Amino acid sequence: MKKNKRLEMKGISKSFHGIPANRDISFSIESGEILGLLGENGAGKTTLMNILYGLYQPDSGEIRINETQVRINNPVESIANGIGMVHQHFMLIQNHSVLENIALSHKDTPFFFPNLRIREKIEEFSKSFDFNIDPAKKIWQLSAGEQQRVEIIKALLNGADLLILDEPTSVLTPQEIKELITILKKMKTKGHMIIFISHKLDEIMDICDRVLVLQKGKIAGRALTGDTDKKSLARMMVGREVVFNIKKEKLERGRQILSVEHLTVIGDKGFPALKDISFDVFENEIFGVAGVSGNGQRELAEAVTGIRTVRSGSIRINDEDITNTSPRHIYDQGVSHVPEERIRFGIAPGLFLYDNAILKQHHLKKFSRRYFLKYEEVKKHAKKILNDFNVSAHSINSRIGNLSGGNIQKLILGREISEKPQLLVASHPTYGLDVGATEFMRNHLLELRKTGSAVLLFSEDLEEIFELCDRIAVIFDGEFMAILDSGDNRLDDIGLMMAGSKKI
Amino acid sequence: MEDMIIATLERAMVAGTPLLLATTGEIICERSGILNLGVEGVMAMGAVVAFIVTMTTGEPWLGVFCAVGVGMAISILHAFTSVSLQANQVVSGLALTMLGLGISGMMGKPYVGKPLLIKMDDLAIPFLSEIPYLGKILFSQSPFFYLAVFLAVAAWFFLEKTRLGIQIRSTGENPKATETQGINIFRIKYLSVMIGGGFSALAGAHLSISYSKSWIEGMTAGRGWIAIALTIFALWNPGRAIWAAFLFGFIFVVQYLLQPLGISPNFLSMLPYIATLIILLLISFKDPRRLNAPAMLGEPYKRGER
Ligand SMILES: Nc1ncnc2c1ncn2[C@@H]1O[C@H](COP(=O)(O)OP(=O)(O)OP(=O)(O)O)[C@@H](O)[C@H]1O
Ligand SMILES: [Mg+2]
Repeated sequence: MKKNKRLEMKGISKSFHGIPANRDISFSIESGEILGLLGENGAGKTTLMNILYGLYQPDSGEIRINETQVRINNPVESIANGIGMVHQHFMLIQNHSVLENIALSHKDTPFFFPNLRIREKIEEFSKSFDFNIDPAKKIWQLSAGEQQRVEIIKALLNGADLLILDEPTSVLTPQEIKELITILKKMKTKGHMIIFISHKLDEIMDICDRVLVLQKGKIAGRALTGDTDKKSLARMMVGREVVFNIKKEKLERGRQILSVEHLTVIGDKGFPALKDISFDVFENEIFGVAGVSGNGQRELAEAVTGIRTVRSGSIRINDEDITNTSPRHIYDQGVSHVPEERIRFGIAPGLFLYDNAILKQHHLKKFSRRYFLKYEEVKKHAKKILNDFNVSAHSINSRIGNLSGGNIQKLILGREISEKPQLLVASHPTYGLDVGATEFMRNHLLELRKTGSAVLLFSEDLEEIFELCDRIAVIFDGEFMAILDSGDNRLDDIGLMMAGSKKI
Repeated sequence: MEDMIIATLERAMVAGTPLLLATTGEIICERSGILNLGVEGVMAMGAVVAFIVTMTTGEPWLGVFCAVGVGMAISILHAFTSVSLQANQVVSGLALTMLGLGISGMMGKPYVGKPLLIKMDDLAIPFLSEIPYLGKILFSQSPFFYLAVFLAVAAWFFLEKTRLGIQIRSTGENPKATETQGINIFRIKYLSVMIGGGFSALAGAHLSISYSKSWIEGMTAGRGWIAIALTIFALWNPGRAIWAAFLFGFIFVVQYLLQPLGISPNFLSMLPYIATLIILLLISFKDPRRLNAPAMLGEPYKRGER
């Protein structure tokens, strides 16, 4: 196979049902370069990359590799052209093992006993990059962060010359991000090309050579990272000055809302995922749980919201025991949930946007009369969420699966927050949001806190945790290593606690 | 008494053979995400083609070969409507059944009631067939019996331990993810549907040239539908299909034994379906994930939607 040394996209346009997602976009990338792709939610980044990967056909424009024009009709052809992609939403087969997922796409998979050979490769690879993954596990048993790692291994193992990473770091811990960046820089010196999509400007400034900024489907600007700074990138992206302005007032905490006592929960693997955990969350408080994904965060969120059976211990909301009651009952007690995997648990991708705006709320008086939905109310509500939370969508009548990743997240957050819950359980709430939207959502969470709600926040983004939380718990292997006030200077060792080597 | 038990078990094996063949094929097909309700029709086509070719050429294996070829070819219709046109798979499968039954009835008209003189002899395996009891039941059967068991084991190996097997299963679970890994899922689906059709036809060939050695219209007698139930009963695992098929074969044979005792044959022919329902219920109560149904079974896949 010939090496792919230079790639160019020229005058690419693409619209969906008459609404343009990409308009006359041109750029090029050369061997040894890392190109950053920036833009607000719904700006068209994923669409552009899907065109390059052969998933969509452009309406006009051309792709040139090594100065010759190519047509990329499907992913087979893009892989043959040395293009690899880590997708924004995991492209993994949930019921299959890590091994089978990787064997599926790997070029040198032998016909017979593919798993044996691939296992060696994965182990070799995991060792050299410190990815700690049991290849025999099924994907559905892995946390979002672990799944992301499988995706990265998959793409890297295929040895692409051009690697497209669509928001690869959204669910990684700072440590993991550092490791990934090391890998990417190593790839760069070996002459690979990398297109890196991220909403985190620090990362972009750190690893990219050049940046391409999209806005509403058009190129809004280009820059060399050497000649620019975060502020001007943000300005280019949003088209106005962005002030990073999060105000957390001091508030006295109120009554106890959530009380968890001696909670033990069995994980998907059949072992305890939470071991005898106790804590409370109060009114006017954001309680953060920090930790590397896969240490029990997901199980805790699921236990509190009623999706997972509790083995022993109790969960109380407003002093009412809700242990092992139904998710509906718990929801009716005022508990909202922003799940970790938004596509699988947060929405019904095939339904319309307005249907998705009332998931879990359809039984409420305001949306239904006996067996019938009041569609007028439902649509009004959906429109209000779109407005209040800046969800950009063509209309409330579009299938929600067609929204961009960030806009799906905004809709879920809007739906869960607009009900003014007593307790909001939120996992990675700003995952995949652009800078403007992130700031907006964080302010919303603080607003909730101010109006008397309690928030149980799971995040791997330490910046977010420190910025928002009143108290911080560090979770490791199903246990809390510490529960500290956010001002506590023992939090300097949070890295050690997350790694399980320090307990307070 | 002893003889009767042995004879019953022996016949259970014979009755289970076409069920196992058709089930194995349907499992491969459904694992790729395509529901094929055309088994009954393709089986009838296989039966009539095998019979005619064997009768005119005197070569039973040539008959089998042609039957499999026709079975695969006619299944392309189902693949075309359900994969290329993304039509409703239930409708398309039912159409295939009706088409198969119709064409086979027409083709077979001149052959109805004619006996097949060339026999496919039973194959007694040296030594093994001399084991008391078991030898008679398991090791002096028609070649189709050994073939069915061998193919089921091979299908299990194929699905679990080969790359193409992983690709087929991935396609049934998540066609979009599979496609983004550079796999031509349309090819995979066509292939799986055709393999399934080949198996159904093979089951039909067994019926006409080994089991009853004659052709009459409607001789498949609902075996295709049982195979579809068996696919679920075996939880889409060819290994499990082996004992499940012979269990159903046993129920089939027992029907004739119990009839004189006054038990309604209608009730007895319901047994396979009832057994499937019970198994499904038991497993769903215990752990739905164990059900193992391909996640996107029966869902048409359209490219470019997300
Ligand atoms: N298959 C599709 N059908 C209809 N509309 C689509 C489809 N794919 C994308 N769109 C629309 O195209 C626009 C661009 O979406 P895209 O996913 O490329 O945004 P993005 O820049 O990746 O945003 P984010 O940062 O939120 O992931 C959105 O308005 C989206 O709704
Ligand atoms: Mg995107």
